[in-house]
Amino acid sequence: MVDRTGTPLVELRDISISFGGIKAVDHVTVDLFPGEVVGLLGHNGAGKSTLIKCLSGAYQKDAGQILINGQEVEIKDPRDARSQNIETIYQTLALADNVDAASNLFLGRELVNSFGFLDDSRMEAETRKIMGRLNPNFKKFNVPVSALSGGQRQSVAIARAVYFNARILIMDEPTAALGPHETQMVAELIQELKAQGLGIFLIEHDIHNVMKLCDRASVMKNGQLVGTVNVNEVTDDDILGMIILGKKPAHLAA
Amino acid sequence: MNNTPNSQASGGAKESGLGRFIRATEIDPRLLGMIGALMLIWLAFEAYSAIVLGRPTMLLGASQAEANGFITPRNLWNLSVQTSYIGIMATGMVLVIITRNIDLSVGSIMGMVGMYMGLLQIEYLTPALGLGHWSIWIITVIFGIAMGALIGAFQGVLIAFLNIPSFIVTLGGLLVWRGAAFLVAGGKTIAPLDENFSLIGGGSFGALGRTGSWIFGVIACVFVVWAFVNGRKSRQKHGFALRPVWAETFVIGLICAILIGATAVVNSYIWPKGNIEKYYKSVEQELPECAKDSDTIYEGVCASFGHGYAYPVLILIVVAILMTILMTRTRFGRYVFAIGGNPEAAALSGINTRAMTVKIFTLMGGLAGIAAVIGAARQNSATNAMGNLDELYVIAAAVVGGTSLAGGVGTIYGAIIGALILTSLQTGMVLIGFGDGSYQRIVIGIALVLAVWLDIVYRKRIK
Repeated sequence: MVDRTGTPLVELRDISISFGGIKAVDHVTVDLFPGEVVGLLGHNGAGKSTLIKCLSGAYQKDAGQILINGQEVEIKDPRDARSQNIETIYQTLALADNVDAASNLFLGRELVNSFGFLDDSRMEAETRKIMGRLNPNFKKFNVPVSALSGGQRQSVAIARAVYFNARILIMDEPTAALGPHETQMVAELIQELKAQGLGIFLIEHDIHNVMKLCDRASVMKNGQLVGTVNVNEVTDDDILGMIILGKKPAHLAA
Repeated sequence: MNNTPNSQASGGAKESGLGRFIRATEIDPRLLGMIGALMLIWLAFEAYSAIVLGRPTMLLGASQAEANGFITPRNLWNLSVQTSYIGIMATGMVLVIITRNIDLSVGSIMGMVGMYMGLLQIEYLTPALGLGHWSIWIITVIFGIAMGALIGAFQGVLIAFLNIPSFIVTLGGLLVWRGAAFLVAGGKTIAPLDENFSLIGGGSFGALGRTGSWIFGVIACVFVVWAFVNGRKSRQKHGFALRPVWAETFVIGLICAILIGATAVVNSYIWPKGNIEKYYKSVEQELPECAKDSDTIYEGVCASFGHGYAYPVLILIVVAILMTILMTRTRFGRYVFAIGGNPEAAALSGINTRAMTVKIFTLMGGLAGIAAVIGAARQNSATNAMGNLDELYVIAAAVVGGTSLAGGVGTIYGAIIGALILTSLQTGMVLIGFGDGSYQRIVIGIALVLAVWLDIVYRKRIK
């Protein structure tokens, strides 16, 4: 069981973001504890990705607070998020297709030698190390990632998030493009990272994955938070009801 | 996350000897293609001049004094000088195009910077410091590069922070800077320029000379060996697969052979009679017998007056090395490629893509400044027409050299070979008597389209 007595690892408090008059996120509050997986659910356009992008630094919130370990932090761009040990696996993977796995893994945080030049050999060696752990079959280190399969590309994106000792991991539909075997690997990885004490926000459409992987689920509809429930206290029909009707189930509403 | 291990090696059994050779040496097949095309162009011009025009050719044993085809030390040396400023700008254009931008203004920047450098020398430096003062050329060069960089930075800011497409900003720049170049001196030509300054443009006195060139060639060769050995050590340290020794030796040997060969060619282009006379006059010695006739300068003491590498060519080589290091060994270069491959991903990785755009255009402007220095020094004057249409040759050189207009792909060496190909076509057409410009443009236009089409075909086939 996740211990939720202490300070949350992340607290997004009363966050609002609007785009040209449309409230994409409307006063939403969610939190995340160490060793916990919180699922973010909702229809397309419910505001899940927008909410999470203000934590990863891709968007800026218009109002509200972001607290990390109880301290309010300012996240203005992806660099700020990284310096708070927040790593993101985007739905689009956000890989530069024309460069190889190591260049993508270290993009923005390249290893350099004492002269300030790129240390490609060391970066490749480190990439081989982490890929050996995540995806032992991965052998294509010297080709642009455009030459990789969907699963291989996904493993590069995951390796990038895991390598730099993240404390907070954001995964935006990490299994959407994967086959059953690869989905299982991601599930195992999530369990492993959870055991290491990372907090994970998981945006996921597949209710079965949510029931299997998440501790809690926060459901959004039309930019607003419908509610947050403990996954082991509800059925998948309850969660589906929240997504579709935008209401908490009767037995939890009280 | 499954994949087929060793899919590359398993296909190896079927591939041809050439395929195996290219894989082992890791030579970029497109580089081979470009060099092949270049050689073909040279041979075609030489053949035309020998067969159709009936000129003696050195390939069939004619002496240097009588040969006047394409493949002569004199023509190849001139080609190297003419390539240099297009090549210098093309190395910058590679970065611009990789990041999915374009710079149409470089020719006009050249023209304007040239005019201001001329103005600076004639109106300010010479009156203040005195005619021929040693520091004039240094101040002019710094001023020219800084001015080019400043203009580039200004355009970069408009592109990055006001989100105006680079095509529009630099199209505007093309008109504005060319117009400004005219206004500087009311359309007049500013000449002559400082004597030391004009050496940067090449010529008999603006070259490294025979001994210097040999030293340069040998040092360059030693450096290549060192770089390969170093790279091998680094891969060994991390336990990565190494290229076979024979393949490395072959590549090193090839590069050194080209270096030594190029040195031999530029060294065997002897100073014209007039310049040898000038030299003996300046050192106040008696003119040797061999320098009294153009046909005998290949004999005796005169034969030691080889040109060697011209200064603009040395500048190109230095720029090319620095730009290659920048693109392959630094964070800056890595970010250029990443932005070209996926601008959104680059931004999400914390790369400041706007600052990068400004820096890239600043660099491009600075390189146009260097090109302006060479251009003005070569003409020994500043004219407002300098660099006219050069932006198109520069873009064409980058594209012929394998830079993809879709972004994300391009090399510095490719751009330089591209510049060499275009300049070869340009000067070759003049050499075989189509110098009025119309045929020249037709040929270059066709070559550009053809090169890009071949590249598309090649890319489809390797997929």
